[in-house]
Amino acid sequence: MSLYDKIFPPRKIVLSSGKTVFRPASRLPLIALILVFLTVLSVKITGFDMRVLLERGNQFFVILGMMVPPAFSYSSQVWKPLFDTIKMSLLGTVVGAVLVIPFAMAASTNIIKSPAVVSIMRLFLSIVRTLPTLVTALIATYVFGLGTLAGTTAIAVFTFAYMGKILYEEIETADMGAFEAMEAIGATKVRAFVSAIIPQVLPSYISNGLFCFEGNVRYAAILGYVGAGGLGLILNEKLGWREYPSVGMILIMLFVAVFLIESVSRYCRRKLV
Amino acid sequence: MNKQIEKAYEERPRNTEYQITVSVIVLALILWSGSAVDFSGSGLGGLKIAGNILNGILHPDRKLLFNLTVQGVPYLLLETVCIAFLGTIVGAFLAIPLSFLSASNLMPAPIAYLSRLVIMAVRTIPAFVYGLMFIRVSGPGAFTGLLTMSVCSIGMVSKMYIEAIEDLDTRILESLDACGCNTFQKIRYGILPQLIPNFASTVIYRFDINLRDATVLGLVGAGGIGAPLIFAMNAYRWNEAGAILVGLVVLVLIVEYISTKIRVKLARG
Repeated sequence: MSLYDKIFPPRKIVLSSGKTVFRPASRLPLIALILVFLTVLSVKITGFDMRVLLERGNQFFVILGMMVPPAFSYSSQVWKPLFDTIKMSLLGTVVGAVLVIPFAMAASTNIIKSPAVVSIMRLFLSIVRTLPTLVTALIATYVFGLGTLAGTTAIAVFTFAYMGKILYEEIETADMGAFEAMEAIGATKVRAFVSAIIPQVLPSYISNGLFCFEGNVRYAAILGYVGAGGLGLILNEKLGWREYPSVGMILIMLFVAVFLIESVSRYCRRKLV
Repeated sequence: MNKQIEKAYEERPRNTEYQITVSVIVLALILWSGSAVDFSGSGLGGLKIAGNILNGILHPDRKLLFNLTVQGVPYLLLETVCIAFLGTIVGAFLAIPLSFLSASNLMPAPIAYLSRLVIMAVRTIPAFVYGLMFIRVSGPGAFTGLLTMSVCSIGMVSKMYIEAIEDLDTRILESLDACGCNTFQKIRYGILPQLIPNFASTVIYRFDINLRDATVLGLVGAGGIGAPLIFAMNAYRWNEAGAILVGLVVLVLIVEYISTKIRVKLARG
């Protein structure tokens, strides 16, 4: 019986059969109280104001309106950055997804029996996951110089963190029978992992990798803002010059690219699983 | 016995051609993507800077980290949490009608397809473009950050909502019908108990992500911890950046721990 049940005792109900059952008090008031408190606090601190939103909400569409009609003549200059963005995210996803495999292996409780190693690995993966991608990209531009290499690194780090967690959860739910059988007849851990665990994990690993790649294409467009190459670079420049028709053209091309990539990858993922 | 095994092994299904084609395509794509990377910018200077960064992160500016005024890390973190919290809630409400419109089991196919395209378009526009649009509405500050964050959340949240709606078990509704329930009762006892845990879990997960992505808002001056962090990094003040990063990492770890606990409880009931 938890503390909450002690303060608000469960209601006693006598059924028609003469049995008594207890219905615990609803948690809803407590949850609602916490939510209302947090909302009020957030409204205070962020200065949320419905009136401003209603009065000036139409201003939101001003820039959007200036983007139509998009400058179709500008499209010839968008191709290279667009392909740079796609290349960056593809390479970054592959590098990150491959690098993470040994780490995810070391973070699975059913492969590594030592709890110390597992928890250190998991803490490491968690900390990498908390690093905002933009910060990674900014640091990467200082280390590798402005350009696509920095963006690729940032995407690789993000993929590493994202795939790590999913992969070790996937490995932990795999069927261990074949792995143990192979170890019993004298295979090393790595050998047994390759032959027994990987075939089970591979389809969902590839599927998650593709999903991550889809998201990365979208994310890579932001990275250019800190100079890490790709579409963000020209997007930032055109926004700075207030050439909104060009911005509209960039966004449309990004949308089409993302749409195509998502369609292909959704088809592949449906075949995989 | 062995003969049989060998025979079965010989007759195993093979699709070598398919595998080779896929491998060649994937390899070609990876090689093609390698062409975008130029190593010219990196050098010894980069390593030195990396050392400085690591040094700054390991020796965070304690004065900033424990400064309880409006410029200190604790207040900035609180502001970031508030932006992420309210932004997630607003985004979660905005996503509800969109996701009901695009659920293919409720709506005719053309409408569902169209509203899916709208959601994709909303998702594709990068966060800082939204930031610039909203600055016209509410000026620089936390309010703009909140609005930006809510619009950015719509894409992922509605995608998960749609999955939850399409997985609805309609047999329950039929049995409630058979019991003689009216529409309100059917929604209250048949639909809400199925949707609310899924929706809540999605929203909590998105809150995690929003907290992590709050740095993006700093780019357009939309409040929160992002702007001071990026200013500190651009000015090479690594001790300050380190202090902010340490605060952010600890906060995200704590929030992630709590939210995972809640989501596990929601999933298992």
